[in-house]
Amino acid sequence: MTRKQRRMTIIGGSLAVLALAAALVLNALRDSIVFFSTPTMVAEKHVEPGKRFRLGGLVQPGSLQRGDNLAVTFEVADGNAKLPVAYKGILPDLFREGQGVVAEGALDGNGVFKADTVLAKHDETYMPKEVADALKKQGHWKDDYDAKASDTKASGESKPAATTAQGNPQGAMR
Amino acid sequence: MIAESGHYALVLALALALIQSIVPLVGARLQDAALMNVARSTALAQLLFVGASFTALVMLHVNSDFSVANVYENSHSMKPLLYKITGVWGNHEGSMLLWVAILALFGGLVAAFGNNLPLSLRAHVLAVQAWVASAFYLFILVTSNPFLRIATPPIEGRDLNPVLQDIGLAVHPPMLYLGYVGFSISFSFAIAALLEGRIDAAWARWVRPWTLVAWIFLTLGIAMGSYWAYYELGWGGWWFWDPVENASLMPWLAGTALLHSALVMEKRNALKVWTILLSILTFSLSLLGTFLVRSGVITSVHAFATDPTRGVFILLILCLFIGGSLLLFAGRATSLKQGGLFAPISREGALVLNNLLLTVACAVVLFGTLYPLAMEMLADFKMSVGAPFYNLTFSPLFALLLLAVPFGPMLAWKRGDLLGVAQRLLAAGVAGLVVVAIVWGWARGGSALAPLAIGLGVFVIAGAVTDIVERTGLVRLPFASVLHRARGLPRSAWGTAFAHAGLGVALIGIVCETTWNSEYIATMKQNDVAHVAGYDLKLDGLFQRQGPNYREMIAEFKVSRDGEPLTVMAPSKRSFTTRGSSTTEAALLTSGASQLYVSLGDATAEGAIAVRIYHKPLVLLIWWGPVLMAFGGVLSLSDRRLRVGAPKPARARQRLQPAE
Repeated sequence: MTRKQRRMTIIGGSLAVLALAAALVLNALRDSIVFFSTPTMVAEKHVEPGKRFRLGGLVQPGSLQRGDNLAVTFEVADGNAKLPVAYKGILPDLFREGQGVVAEGALDGNGVFKADTVLAKHDETYMPKEVADALKKQGHWKDDYDAKASDTKASGESKPAATTAQGNPQGAMR
Repeated sequence: MIAESGHYALVLALALALIQSIVPLVGARLQDAALMNVARSTALAQLLFVGASFTALVMLHVNSDFSVANVYENSHSMKPLLYKITGVWGNHEGSMLLWVAILALFGGLVAAFGNNLPLSLRAHVLAVQAWVASAFYLFILVTSNPFLRIATPPIEGRDLNPVLQDIGLAVHPPMLYLGYVGFSISFSFAIAALLEGRIDAAWARWVRPWTLVAWIFLTLGIAMGSYWAYYELGWGGWWFWDPVENASLMPWLAGTALLHSALVMEKRNALKVWTILLSILTFSLSLLGTFLVRSGVITSVHAFATDPTRGVFILLILCLFIGGSLLLFAGRATSLKQGGLFAPISREGALVLNNLLLTVACAVVLFGTLYPLAMEMLADFKMSVGAPFYNLTFSPLFALLLLAVPFGPMLAWKRGDLLGVAQRLLAAGVAGLVVVAIVWGWARGGSALAPLAIGLGVFVIAGAVTDIVERTGLVRLPFASVLHRARGLPRSAWGTAFAHAGLGVALIGIVCETTWNSEYIATMKQNDVAHVAGYDLKLDGLFQRQGPNYREMIAEFKVSRDGEPLTVMAPSKRSFTTRGSSTTEAALLTSGASQLYVSLGDATAEGAIAVRIYHKPLVLLIWWGPVLMAFGGVLSLSDRRLRVGAPKPARARQRLQPAE
């Protein structure tokens, strides 16, 4: 082999691996990405049943019902719309009515959001980032959240505590 | 006084770093040995002052001096002493101080033990090291001063985030930072080589041990963090593809590639330009990790910083160093001489393939980490890229890499014989296939992927064993000469075998845990019995207990197997009054490499409690693997030490030994 041929072999090999990686990434992007929606966005866009997404909003006060064997139902609201959520399992430590929540799952045929993961990432004053941004965008950001947030910031308390149920990809503590 | 002294020491360290950034370079231009030697003294003095500054912060935390904002926000007088100390780096400011302290430590080590380095190379390396240090001292002093006082000191502190009140905090961040920051040395060496326009095999010989040290710590740090997440968070997960985890995985992947390419450079004087680039990229990824974690771009427990000025500051540092070093690389790289020809099928070729797969896998992780951020900024919609994405992209690439791992060390340098190696690996391959068949039969169908992956893990382990067997002549030769050859084998050959076997061990653990993990979630009342994977767990009762700075509710389970009582497991739930938050303390029962895992959910009004019980087969292999890898690294390092900085031919005795 000449020097040039050797070099071409190595470059060819590199391109092959890169092409393989690109193909894998494009393939994975098609069906493994999960989008974030609020109840309003779900109502507007007509998400089809079975399509996985992340639902974020506030837990509607008074909507939490516990059934047998750890089954729970509650409603997620964002001011304009509400969406019923069903979940089976242990809710995270910081799950409260009236507070921010992010759930991952899909709609069933009856328009109920079947969640397999529920994340509550906040302390008493902290909102999950996605939820806070979405609420602000829709103009439903209540001033008292901001007041509380800046209040805690001033006193230095700005660390979110993260508690989640079942394999939260963002609550991992390392 | 202590706070002010700590602050002052940090300012002095900055001044020293600024001197160290400039004077040695001037000295190198003027060929002035005295000016170049300034770097040595300033590096050591920097270490002294940063050390003093860090000690000051530790003392403030230990004394619970709540007039200092950092102590007030992260400590509590009732907190156990260990957590008072570890709480120093359990917050943004303190952890940045730890970062620069470790940076100064590495600089000091180069200064103290770099006597055999050429004078101008040492001057350049320490100067580059000082650029990085100056940037981060400035960052701390301007945006994140840990020594700020409060005008009216409160009586009690706000306590540390309860999740962090664990022995894991004592080990994980320092280890991880030793790894992250350790790569700054190879970065500094790379920039120094570019500035000097000179690079040779001796350069690689100096860089390798430093890279290896950083890599060992990073490996252990990542494994430790994973185990911590596993037992502390209460749902038994050990890797979440969280951006913050990716931030530590990326330097590890690039650093692993760097270790291997530096080997080619040292032994064969080839791949020089690539090794330089990898050194730059590895530390750039460490900086990127610091940015992702510290800027608050990503909301997670790790993101202590919510102040945007900090993010912008670190982003500036990031752009300056990554952009600057890559520009320098682009300008100077062509002037470095290429050397060492090799055929595609050869040890060098195998190491190139290793580098290719590792860097591409790293690029995939980088893409998955930054893509959601980019889409949010550009297209204004939110998404998450999680485990499914990485399973489809990272895993196939890594499987390819693992398939190639046993071949690499057995190929000859320059021109290898793939067929010959395949024949020698036949036994390992057969072992792998037999295991595939056995597991397949035992699992009765199911996914074909798990048995195949376990077979791959066995192949990697058997391949590592084969390599040692071949080198020592076990089976072929009489036992006495095998023993002699085993003793004469370079330590790094043993290191390679252990590290590679560690990969296989970890893979087997990962596959077994994810495939055959059994779980039981339910509400249990007193005397209820749960059956999980052959174990019976009877809830004996719930107890309350008062800890130093928390109250805890303990549930006691009598564990038995086939009617035989084994032990009592006592998971608990702690609630910390100061922060009004709670943590879950899981109880673990280890048998072999498998674990039974019990954690608690909420108690209901009727005295029942939600319980999560997992049986995780061979889960401990996931962490034994990295420990094996790190052990291999230590073995290699002990070999290196004999030859570090001694670019003369090895001693006569070693000439008789088989080649590495």
